[in-house]
Amino acid sequence: MNNQRRDTLKAGGSLGMLGLLAAVGLIKPEMAQAAWNKDAFDAKDMDAALAAVGAGKPAESAEISITAPDIAENGAVVPVGVVSKLPKTEYIAIMIEKNPAMLAASFTLPEGTAADVQTRVKMGQTSNVFAVVKADGKFYMTKKEVKVTLGGCGG
Amino acid sequence: MASPMRIRAAAKEGVTEVRVLMSHVMETGQRKDSSGALIPAHFITELTAKHNDKVVLSAEFGPSVSTNPYLAFKFNGGAKGDKVAVTWVDNKGETRTDEVQVS
Repeated sequence: MNNQRRDTLKAGGSLGMLGLLAAVGLIKPEMAQAAWNKDAFDAKDMDAALAAVGAGKPAESAEISITAPDIAENGAVVPVGVVSKLPKTEYIAIMIEKNPAMLAASFTLPEGTAADVQTRVKMGQTSNVFAVVKADGKFYMTKKEVKVTLGGCGG
Repeated sequence: MASPMRIRAAAKEGVTEVRVLMSHVMETGQRKDSSGALIPAHFITELTAKHNDKVVLSAEFGPSVSTNPYLAFKFNGGAKGDKVAVTWVDNKGETRTDEVQVS
């Protein structure tokens, strides 16, 4: 995981606190950003993105399911949901193989939160969507291809 | 200041489902405007959801998340009248928190 983020959260008390500090100018936005996993979001290929979130080479698992359309007419808004049936799922990341920024979003799930998240992402072109899940300390993944007929990143 | 988030939190059979629609441009930093100049990146980077001060979800977003991001998740517990608060921070350091009661 991202130890720096843990420390920052502990030090700041909460994200809201950090934001408040940034808002009143006590700390600069760059400092508030320190917790964000920049390496992972800047990663240019799957291996780098996986390494940056600490996943290494995750095993494929049939216990993870991705809910996404087979064909997305509008790449600017592609609904993607990830459900993990693996016990002790603590982390879910959504990656889009052919986007300039592969890692779209990552979710840290405390105990008591269901391994079931949905969001919407942009897709520049037809690509595999990967769901990377950390459960009980190990990483797993699954993928699904989504065909895009109209790209969402070109504007 | 950014527009308010629309948050729905509904408790059913011991599980609370939260749906959040944020209002944010989520600019990737890759698009160009009509004169060919790059539009600077501006997107939500972090999000935290709390149920009565207990964190139930923390998320990191990249520029690949859609404009006006949508997020849905579920957590165990939660009763009618409990508070659910969602806070985001973007890459320019702007932040916003909105709170609703579980219905």
